[in-house]
Amino acid sequence: MAFFLETFIGGLMAGMLYALVALGFVLIFKASGVFNFAQGAMVLFAALAMARFADWMPQWTGIDNKIFANVAAFVLAAAIMFAVAWAIERLVLRHLVNQDAATLLMATLGITYFLEGLGQTLFGSEIYTIDVGMPKDPVFVLESAFQGGVMINPEDVIAALIAAALVAALSVFFQKTGTGRALRAVADDHQAAQSIGIPLARIWVIVWCVAGIVALVAGMIWGSKLGVQFTLTTVALRALPVVILGGLTSVPGAIIGGLIIGVGEKLSEVYLGPFVGGGIEIWFAYVLALVFLLFRPQGLFGEKIIDRV
Amino acid sequence: MFYRENGQFKTSYRADQQVFPILQDKIAVWALIAACFVLVPMLASDYFYLAILIPLVIMSLAALGVNILVGYCGQISLGSGAFMAVGAYGAYNFVARVPDMPLIPALILGGLCATFFGILFGLPSLRVKGLYLAVATLAAQFFSDWMFLRIKWFTNDSPSGSVSVNNLQVFGIPIQSPQAKYLFCLALLVVMAILAKNLVRSAIGREWMAIRDMDVAASVIGIRPMYAKLSAFAVSSFIVGVAGALWGFVHLGAWEPAAFSVDISFKLLFMVIIGGLGSIMGSFFGAAFIVVLPIVLNLVLPALLGVFGVEISTAGISHTELMIFGALIVWFLIVEPHGLAKLWSTGKQKMRVWPFPH
Repeated sequence: MAFFLETFIGGLMAGMLYALVALGFVLIFKASGVFNFAQGAMVLFAALAMARFADWMPQWTGIDNKIFANVAAFVLAAAIMFAVAWAIERLVLRHLVNQDAATLLMATLGITYFLEGLGQTLFGSEIYTIDVGMPKDPVFVLESAFQGGVMINPEDVIAALIAAALVAALSVFFQKTGTGRALRAVADDHQAAQSIGIPLARIWVIVWCVAGIVALVAGMIWGSKLGVQFTLTTVALRALPVVILGGLTSVPGAIIGGLIIGVGEKLSEVYLGPFVGGGIEIWFAYVLALVFLLFRPQGLFGEKIIDRV
Repeated sequence: MFYRENGQFKTSYRADQQVFPILQDKIAVWALIAACFVLVPMLASDYFYLAILIPLVIMSLAALGVNILVGYCGQISLGSGAFMAVGAYGAYNFVARVPDMPLIPALILGGLCATFFGILFGLPSLRVKGLYLAVATLAAQFFSDWMFLRIKWFTNDSPSGSVSVNNLQVFGIPIQSPQAKYLFCLALLVVMAILAKNLVRSAIGREWMAIRDMDVAASVIGIRPMYAKLSAFAVSSFIVGVAGALWGFVHLGAWEPAAFSVDISFKLLFMVIIGGLGSIMGSFFGAAFIVVLPIVLNLVLPALLGVFGVEISTAGISHTELMIFGALIVWFLIVEPHGLAKLWSTGKQKMRVWPFPH
């Protein structure tokens, strides 16, 4: 039982991190109808920037303080992500207004390649570490209930808390601010939003900036867990089933989908894996999402798709 | 002026419905095919065969298959690499397990394995479409990656999933020299392309296009979406599977599951989009673009940077290549979202009205 709980909690934590990446997908799809395949590359790019700036900061400023270096690196990386968001809107999206979804998907694939190349050219392609001082030693809880207790990784807990805080902040931003309302209006209907004077171009930049920040946070957390390296882009591929499970347009869907996928993956790996040779984590999530889609094509919280001739 | 088609009158439906109703098109295509079979072998060097021509021919075949699914039937697929892998490992299993298995039946059987796999993973297309489907097809990709790495039966108990084939021969003729490999692949490509061209002109091809353009309207006028979509998946994955088997057998010789990773799926989709959705010709253009571009960049980049006195490392080249590749894709989508095939027909139109612009 303790082992099951451990797996379950580990799954929840991993799911929270998937949800964080999935959130980036959902935000952009919601506000611009673009399925942003470049989210993974953005995560890598942001994490690379953050890792390197944190390294360089003491040399540049002469202040050898880890907290200062990390905060400054975070701010700088955020600024770079804003620049990337602006460039994407200005150079790519603006020219592709009204193209069909497949073209936009391809464009983001192009952006993916570009960002992967650019990130590694600017920041190098070795394995870097982000050290934001998260405690790494596992702790045991509930020792009175189970023998040996349940092992929990405090790093995961902190990561999940950060993710939860980010989601909460985003919900407030979407629900309570004027910009957030404008974003939701654009999501509902581009043309109607434009006609009442909402500047579409600016909204897109804002959305991509927010997605950039989400990517940065995801990259920071994943990077401090796994190290910053090229394989970070595959995290995005693992977050994709989360998006289709939760529905492309739903923020809560991304969270709950993430948790379901995270738990499903871990449980399947532990309890199903040994029978079929292991390593099934990567496709299990997809097959789970796929089977689910057969019953509810729009995902858990997606908007019902209505076709008319 | 240069491309004059007036005076070519059609007096029967048969004449009007030919693949190339215009005489000079027909001559040009036959001349091109003849040149590929006769002229190219006289001129090409071994490096040219191995680095460019053979990959180009095989990738054209794969792009043709993907174009049937994505371009003609409108089902975006990111799992094409998986169908290639199934074709390759399927054919390998037939060669390895059946004594004296001839090459061509093995390729066809490999293609049939891919067909089965394609139909299985095409089933979600009955319920979901568009971007959801694109993501759902990734399931096929990851499943096949895992399957050939972990299930030892498929790879004849090789520990890392890497397999190899040798002593290829067709009708007693060995397929060993680069030239023979090229001609063999080219012959298959021509046969498949003619079949595909006729298929998309037939009733079933029109059903696919109706589904692509608007599936609800298509089903209202009596097209069965299930039949049309699954047949597109079947035909497409058969062609892609044969291409995969050729890629493994003829081009690589020995391969492992990583040879058919998700990267190859993306590249195939690029080929189709850059070449032109819903165009047989476009598949060739797209494949040529994607296959030749990295080679050209590899040759040109160091020389070009050398002019400015910049030394570039191998890793630097590959990163720059990624950037240029990505930028070109975006540029292409912005400038010509209908692909190279559209440029081709624009060019023909210009030739038609030359020297007057309208």
